[in-house]
Amino acid sequence: MNHPFDYDALRRETSWDLARQELDCPAGSPVNIGRICIDRHVDAGRGDKTALIHEDHAGQLREFSFRDIKELSGGWAAFLREQGVVELDRVCLFLERGPELYISFIGILKLGAVVQPLFSAFGEEALFQRIDDSQAKVVITQRKHVGKVRKMRERVPSLETVIVIDHLPGKRPLREGEVAYEMMSSRVGDFVPQETADESPSVLHYTSGTTGKPKGALHVHSSLFAQYLTTKMVLDLKDDDIYWCTADPGWVTGTSYGIIGPWAMGITQVVLDAGFSSKRWYATMARHKITVWYTAPTAIRMLMKDGAALAREHDLSALRHMCSVGEPLNAEGVLWGREAFGLDFHDTFWQTETGAMMITNLPGMTVKPGSMGRPFPAVRAGVIDPVSGEELTDPNTVGMIAIRPPWPSIMRTYWNNTPTFYSKFLRGWYVCGDQASIDEDGYFWFCGRDDDVINTGGHLVGPFEIESALLEHEAVAESAAIGKPDELNMEVVKAFVALKPGFVGDDDLELSIMNFIRKKLSPLAMPQEIEFVDKLPKTRSGKIMRRLLKAQESGEEIGDTSGLEDD
Amino acid sequence: MKDLILDYVKDEYLDEDDLEDMDLDENTPLISSGIVDSFSMVSLKRFLEKKFSISLPDEDATPEAFDTVNKIIEVVNKHKAG
Repeated sequence: MNHPFDYDALRRETSWDLARQELDCPAGSPVNIGRICIDRHVDAGRGDKTALIHEDHAGQLREFSFRDIKELSGGWAAFLREQGVVELDRVCLFLERGPELYISFIGILKLGAVVQPLFSAFGEEALFQRIDDSQAKVVITQRKHVGKVRKMRERVPSLETVIVIDHLPGKRPLREGEVAYEMMSSRVGDFVPQETADESPSVLHYTSGTTGKPKGALHVHSSLFAQYLTTKMVLDLKDDDIYWCTADPGWVTGTSYGIIGPWAMGITQVVLDAGFSSKRWYATMARHKITVWYTAPTAIRMLMKDGAALAREHDLSALRHMCSVGEPLNAEGVLWGREAFGLDFHDTFWQTETGAMMITNLPGMTVKPGSMGRPFPAVRAGVIDPVSGEELTDPNTVGMIAIRPPWPSIMRTYWNNTPTFYSKFLRGWYVCGDQASIDEDGYFWFCGRDDDVINTGGHLVGPFEIESALLEHEAVAESAAIGKPDELNMEVVKAFVALKPGFVGDDDLELSIMNFIRKKLSPLAMPQEIEFVDKLPKTRSGKIMRRLLKAQESGEEIGDTSGLEDD
Repeated sequence: MKDLILDYVKDEYLDEDDLEDMDLDENTPLISSGIVDSFSMVSLKRFLEKKFSISLPDEDATPEAFDTVNKIIEVVNKHKAG
């Protein structure tokens, strides 16, 4: 019998301890993500179940059972130990979405080391900043990306070993400090996972802020409890589901919900390692009979561009539940989802720092198109005054989204940056940096960010990082980077550039600057538009007024300019 | 035109290690294989517009239309003729 959705009852009944009970991890017992996600299922007689279906860009499939992953991740853990990796060492994953990425992630955690996943499209400078900060001992990469590691390696003395997963005899030889590893021939079935505790560090994900270098949000093994419970209750996964999370594990969604959450539940998941195209995505969904799908607003809008009819040309009848993350999904996306799939997209809100979903649309809950949803039942969330930290309880009042700690997956610190970590808290709240209001029914409505961080395609890009890199281009005297509103990606990077004498701002120079940033940082950070200006608006103290440039781009009121530098 | 575009893709999107591993030709998938991602398509589009003095509307600059050098040539020719 179906019961009507009762949010208040769920709040009364849901606590993070439920996850501990269901995963049989009483307080004080060892908690190792690798063991719980993989070995536990094999030990319980579910080793033959398919854990991973990997489809490459040519459509070739590779399947791995939970037993395969137990043995192969054991192989990784044993090999890393031979390489001198010990508990708490950082091991960086700089890989595309091959099976090695997913399986080495588990192996590193079994060893008790800290896994630092990095987006494989990062350029050498972006890579350097993040590895220099984490002081990673090992980087696991592939031939396609080893060149970028080589370019920055001399600048990071902590980096002892570079492991290349696809080295072939007869190809260009590896260099000193580089070793080849062939995962498929290295199974170790009896590797005993480290008995890590609740607070043992597990995953280090880097995220961007307005100022300074990227910050490493450090998570711990007990984050699993939040990822498990939200996976179960929000993604609604059941034992016979075929699940597809479209996120790359270089970003937190790709690890929290592309590895940890679903595998903690013993779910079969699909990975598509190919560039985006609507036809390909639908074909993959039909081919594998995907039942639960977790994707991003940018992808949804790209699918929208190709029309609902294209979706209906494919047999997507297995699909029963859809969720979205990365930036708030606009109402049009939800309405289009109903038209194309006959289902609601369930939006979720969370961050690298929160480690797991915080504001959600639960299955069975009425979806209000354009709303972020309501706090996950075990989460206490509100909006607060950004100065006083007072909770704003009147409906429809805009404030900062804030979450009341603790919860299992909250970051434990920013690596090497404790002062910034503490600055994220105000009067006992963790402050997310996004603004929202809450309606009479308790639904959150996103209003915008409270800083200059650019949200493009669901990923945060720091303007300071782009501006610093721009200054390294021979033609650039000064620059400002802002997020320009974009129909598809919510925002794209736009750069304002003042040139050094002797340079002309023409198409050639624009393309040269674009490619310079793309290679140095990443395609996400590449300005999609560059405007050449004589000078940039600054405060009297010399700080570039991005706010003014952003308002100008959005066609908004420019507001108070009394702090502007005099001409 | 083919060689010009192929050289640009090799110079800008691939490095020596990639080129050792693959024979890039006019039928090699660029977008679906991940050589060029959706964000980087903007710089490829700018290159084509500049080099061939054309303007490519967004609806013609899709991942499918840019997936191989041959397909890109078709798009460029369509707009050059237009």
